[in-house]
Amino acid sequence: MIADLPILSWALHITIGMVVLAILLNVYRLLKGPDAPDRVLALDTLYINAIALIILLGIALGTRLYMESALLIAVMGFVGTVALAKYLKRGSVIE
Amino acid sequence: MQPIYEYVISALLLTGGLFTLVGAIGLVRLPDFFTRLHAPTKATTLGVGAIMLGSVAYFSARAPGVNVAEILITVFLFLTAPVSANILAKAAMHLGVDRTPETRGKPWDQ
Amino acid sequence: MLARLGFPQPFLSLNLFLVWQLLSDGVSGGSVVMGLILAWMLPRLTNNFWPERPATVKGWLLPMYLLRVVWDIITASVVVARLVLSTRQPQPVFISYPLSLEHPLAITMLASTISLTPGTVSADVSDDNRILLIHALDAKDEQEVIDTIRKRYEQPLQEIFQ
Repeated sequence: MIADLPILSWALHITIGMVVLAILLNVYRLLKGPDAPDRVLALDTLYINAIALIILLGIALGTRLYMESALLIAVMGFVGTVALAKYLKRGSVIE
Repeated sequence: MQPIYEYVISALLLTGGLFTLVGAIGLVRLPDFFTRLHAPTKATTLGVGAIMLGSVAYFSARAPGVNVAEILITVFLFLTAPVSANILAKAAMHLGVDRTPETRGKPWDQ
Repeated sequence: MLARLGFPQPFLSLNLFLVWQLLSDGVSGGSVVMGLILAWMLPRLTNNFWPERPATVKGWLLPMYLLRVVWDIITASVVVARLVLSTRQPQPVFISYPLSLEHPLAITMLASTISLTPGTVSADVSDDNRILLIHALDAKDEQEVIDTIRKRYEQPLQEIFQ
């Protein structure tokens, strides 16, 4: 388990801290804007960081169960970003 | 697990975390939308890629057999990042988002 | 021969098969059968949506190109990271890049490469596929950016998609 590896355990916790900080910064940009594309960009970065966090959680718990959820977020996040950007550009998603 | 693996995995994770954080800092600090577009498409994608590699190495070192679902996610992120950036840039040009005064050249009308 | 068996796009079929093996947690009898079904069915269903393929594709040159791109992604990220952390203001610029590539697939690959590498994001392509609009994060000289892209990415792509 991860607890037997002190260096890796430290590195893992520091990395989780950094990713959480990154997510907080993304949320700041999401709330502040100032324009709609900025918010969509923040959401885009946010889901990628969420994937990183899920993978790190998987390492910490020593399980690969979360891999599927990471894959789903990757696919859905991309579709969401494209749909939102298309909406901003055209005013509708499907024409 | 051999100590060398532990160091390599730790280094991969820390590099990944660092790049992810730098991407987020860039998202907050850079002056306008078009410059902010650069930080997530490059730094964050690479950061998440490094974390994925660390995960692959960790699970491969712990148990025999290769687990490659992370590689699939990484490849997917690398393929989609430019597409998202491109379509967001188009949307921003259409909306006429503000640019910093230092910007030379002009975007096209959409 | 492959086309007559119902695989109009062998490369796509191969990719679908391999991705399905990766997705289904290890190769087993079931995953091979399902992978074959997907590799047979999806290209047929989507056949009409694919753009026309370039006349010749030198596929064996692609791995070299991809390696170069991966290396450039790493160095580019370090450059962007340095700029983000420094107090200097970036000097962004919009560049119109005259394309010499003609095939849409090659242009897409060039645009994606540009987005992932040295401080540049491709923003738009003109309607006649002649000019690519690029936003550079920090560039002193437009011509230098254009020359780098032409030498490093466009010429190898030109060689692959003739």
